[in-house]
Amino acid sequence: MSNTRIILILLFLCMKGTIAFSQPDLMELAAAQDSTGSQKVSATFKATRLINGHTVETNGAGELLFLISHRFGTLNSGAYHFFGLDQATIRLGLEYGISDDFTFGIGRSSLEKTYDGFLKYRVLQQQTMGMPFSITALTTIGVKTQEWFVPENNYKPAHRLTYTYQFLIARKFSERLSLQLAPTLLHRNLVETPTGENNIWAAGAGGRFKLTKRTSVNVEYFYLLPNTKSEQFHNSLSLGFDIETGGHVFQLMCTNSQGMVEKFFIPQNGGKWSRGDIYFGFNVSRVFQLKNKREEW
Amino acid sequence: MLKLLLLISLIFGALVSVKGQTRYFTKTGHIYFFSKAPLEDIEAHNRQVVSFIDLSNAQLVFSVPMTGFKFKKSLMQEHFNENYVESHKYPKASFKGKVLNMPNIDLGQDRKYKVIVEGLLTIHGVERALKTEATLEVKGKQLFGNASFSITPQEFDIEIPFLVRDHIAKRIDITVNMLYQPYTGNNTL
Repeated sequence: MSNTRIILILLFLCMKGTIAFSQPDLMELAAAQDSTGSQKVSATFKATRLINGHTVETNGAGELLFLISHRFGTLNSGAYHFFGLDQATIRLGLEYGISDDFTFGIGRSSLEKTYDGFLKYRVLQQQTMGMPFSITALTTIGVKTQEWFVPENNYKPAHRLTYTYQFLIARKFSERLSLQLAPTLLHRNLVETPTGENNIWAAGAGGRFKLTKRTSVNVEYFYLLPNTKSEQFHNSLSLGFDIETGGHVFQLMCTNSQGMVEKFFIPQNGGKWSRGDIYFGFNVSRVFQLKNKREEW
Repeated sequence: MLKLLLLISLIFGALVSVKGQTRYFTKTGHIYFFSKAPLEDIEAHNRQVVSFIDLSNAQLVFSVPMTGFKFKKSLMQEHFNENYVESHKYPKASFKGKVLNMPNIDLGQDRKYKVIVEGLLTIHGVERALKTEATLEVKGKQLFGNASFSITPQEFDIEIPFLVRDHIAKRIDITVNMLYQPYTGNNTL
């Protein structure tokens, strides 16, 4: 009798084992094994510029970006100047991604015949789980090569230089909405106006809202800290519209800033929206892949 | 009576152990796609594909993380995820199906088996029936699974904007290469 009971228990255990062994559905097993855990959040912005200022985006490794930026004259210049379209300033730029996180660039603006260069490094990238922000560090140098108005003033070559240090902190809140903050320190070796500081502290803020998969509206504002701002200059406010088509990004904008590098649109921005000093303009970028990423295949 | 019960329990036990060896899997399966277009060829490789095959009931599944597809151009990869397959909304593609003519596979003998696979392919949240020829191959005690088939973006509601329509081929050729390992239930590979 006791033997029978033992065998029955054994049998029961075996059955139980079989039941326990009828594993979950194969699809559930597969889904549980795959690697869709925390991932990098990419494409916080469509372009490396929000409007005038940089975004957290860097070029991919081996990508060369050719950026043509154009600002017409002010809207309030009247019908005779065709509301600014007769006049234009331009910046031509090249940016190259040494790695996915590190980009350098050079450019040349017609305004004050200025050459510029920058280094951009992605310090942190937002993750789907964990890291909530992307942070990119940017440093730029601007060299004014226009001849001095009063050469007798005994200027030194160093007087032509302006440096910018900026942290770009952004978060992609959703597929549509991304916001960015940009604390900035700008140092100019020469202040060309009677008032104004060599060191300018500014806070940039901006964002984009995607209307469709390939278009977005952008806003960008640079606030100068009161003690560093001289009377005749104004904070930069820009509204933009991005259109992406494969390797191109077209950016159309209205802004009260004429210059397209930090040394112009942050500390010495003469335009004022309320006066109608609104510059219509565009940025067009084209990406060329110079080096293929074969190692990942 | 007792002997009979004992026999039954033994048979059950044996069944359990046999059943345990019929499931094979991989977490590093390779799927790539290729499409020839007038402007440039598009090619991407994914080596993070999870697949299970059960030799006893011929069931076959795939789970494919979409961000695992690597392109030569990082911009192309970004557009693939953001604009076409919308990886944030549909992070995985999957296939769930059956081998219709499951052969009796002997892992001790190198041999290639031609099979037909049928099931449901889900990409971009859209489910479509798929039937394709495939091979199961035993080579050096290892089990390989290979298949290739074509799809169109339209079938899966993947929208191609007018501006780039000429840059993207109508048909996309997909190739699947799997190297399966026995699944014991606690594989951490």
